[in-house]
Amino acid sequence: MSEASPVQAQGPAQALPVAPPIAPGRRFWRPPTGNPLGRALYLTVLALCTGVFLYPFVWALSSSLKTRNDFFDHNSRLVPHPFHWSNYLDVFRGVSDIAYKAAFGNWLWNSLWIASLAAVTVTLSSALVAFGFAYFRFPLRNFFFGCVLATMMLPGVVTLVPTYLIWNKIHFTGPGTFLFLSKNQYPLWAPNLFGSAFYIFLQRQFFLGIPRELFEASRMDGDNYWTMFWRIAVPLAKPALIVTAVFEFKASWTELQKALIYLRSDDTFTVPRGLKNLLDLYGPSNGGHGDYQVIIAGTVLATLPMIIVFFLGQRYFVEGIATQGRKG
Amino acid sequence: MANVATTVPGPLARARHWGAGFRSRDTWAAFAFLSPWLFGFVVFTAGPMIASLVLSFTDYSIIQTTHGVGFANYTTLYHDPQVRTALRNTFVFTLLAVPAHVIIALALASVLARVGRAAGFFRTVFYLPVMTPGVAIGILYLLIFNGSYGVLNTGLGYIGITGPFWTTDPNWVKPGLVLMISVWSVGASVVIFLAALVGVPRHLYEAASMDGAPAWRRFKDVTLPMISPAIFFVVIINTISGLQTFDQVYTAFFNQSTPYGTNASLMYAIYIFQEAFTFFKFGYASALAWLLFGIIGVITAIQIVVSRRFVYYEGNSRG
Repeated sequence: MSEASPVQAQGPAQALPVAPPIAPGRRFWRPPTGNPLGRALYLTVLALCTGVFLYPFVWALSSSLKTRNDFFDHNSRLVPHPFHWSNYLDVFRGVSDIAYKAAFGNWLWNSLWIASLAAVTVTLSSALVAFGFAYFRFPLRNFFFGCVLATMMLPGVVTLVPTYLIWNKIHFTGPGTFLFLSKNQYPLWAPNLFGSAFYIFLQRQFFLGIPRELFEASRMDGDNYWTMFWRIAVPLAKPALIVTAVFEFKASWTELQKALIYLRSDDTFTVPRGLKNLLDLYGPSNGGHGDYQVIIAGTVLATLPMIIVFFLGQRYFVEGIATQGRKG
Repeated sequence: MANVATTVPGPLARARHWGAGFRSRDTWAAFAFLSPWLFGFVVFTAGPMIASLVLSFTDYSIIQTTHGVGFANYTTLYHDPQVRTALRNTFVFTLLAVPAHVIIALALASVLARVGRAAGFFRTVFYLPVMTPGVAIGILYLLIFNGSYGVLNTGLGYIGITGPFWTTDPNWVKPGLVLMISVWSVGASVVIFLAALVGVPRHLYEAASMDGAPAWRRFKDVTLPMISPAIFFVVIINTISGLQTFDQVYTAFFNQSTPYGTNASLMYAIYIFQEAFTFFKFGYASALAWLLFGIIGVITAIQIVVSRRFVYYEGNSRG
């Protein structure tokens, strides 16, 4: 793939999709063919797989509504009776006989604003850079675009330590605030101000699909480059921008590694970081009682927003993933 | 001679033309648009890469004064039994995970391509695990795969199978993790394969049918070559992410009292993480990270070379 990249970076003569690569509403299925018996067999297989794939969700939901005794009882039913809603309250107020009080409300709020900010910043910054690559011809363009593609393949662990040292050096790993936001949360979203390789690639493909005449016409009208970007490119590339935003929102919401490194105090945790804490402190290995019904309620609360986001932005997730596959 | 010089500009003329590019207004505007990425690339990618290489030759630890130690970190790493354990676990996991993931994703996508409109519903079902946070998957693994009260073994018991102690039996830790981490989240790859499958031109199948090719030959000689770029992509991406497995395993097996997890669950990326951020051995962790970087680079290069034989790119002379 990497040696195919310089080819991709070459001039406009290269066969680039005239139609934007993301076309929501496009049919992804074929009308069924063959005998109905075969189709019934396929549907049965899929129904069984559906059961297997959804079972962990069903199990989690069911377990989150059980009492602690029922949780460990093999014979307890899948539909708890009665619904033990107080597990969800315990997530927020803590289990009564354990000193540790989870700040789950804080964590939800932190995750929400960090993920939103991460999504908005990376979308806009990547769009700027992608437009630069798509519209202009300039020296070293292929070299720089090669660097973008190479970054996509780079394993994140290599830069983990030096990146931490940079944040540490400028005192963004300790307590304190900067521009009203907690300093040690900056490393989780601020790098997104500088674009991200995959999104730059995705949006560049989209910008290249916009007819160049539109920009030429705008230039005739005396528009400057910023106007061309903001008034023509961005509105037309909306689907690609939404793909970027929903992908990054999901990536940021589920991020654990950075949260473990940078977030040291309870009230700055994101949901995954807090949930890990909950598991460690309520689990028996650290003196907890194994209040797994509460932990699993927290797990449901951490997952549910992602399910909602998926249903809201389903076509963008699917198109984004399919586009990702097409570049291979 | 003069004629040749005017049609094919010499290197000097080309260099002058190239240099002139820097003085054009367009170029400055382009660099203005690129500037966020240029800054980010230097500060968050290229700089840290170099810094990490330099650090790997030191005993940097924030707490103490730093010395250059030459290749000491690399010789330590070579003799470190934890490195061997972690590498073995990571390789075994990846070697199990990638084939299982690809085969199941391909099978599901092939079935989805044949059921018409209903595919939309099932695609959603298979995608939901992809949306689940890694921490949540780690917790679900811990509880569902638990040997004594886990629902998986209860279920296996109904059909007369005594399930193993998935989370503690060293032989069963990796297969269990593969099922929960890799197989459960096939959804993204299913979407990729489904898009590739519906893109295969129908006339190829019709031609193959007319030649009397049985179904498996049509799959082997038409489907597989036509979707080979998608397969190649999924294999590469999953290999790279498999070698860096972190979130789910860290959640399930690692905490303050078990910084190295268990022998069967110590993954390489987690080992790097612990050496760096639990024990503050930044120099050593950097050497460990560069070893992983090298391993991933070599494996990816091998996959690219091998793929040249098998991957068919339409309209590409290389095919």
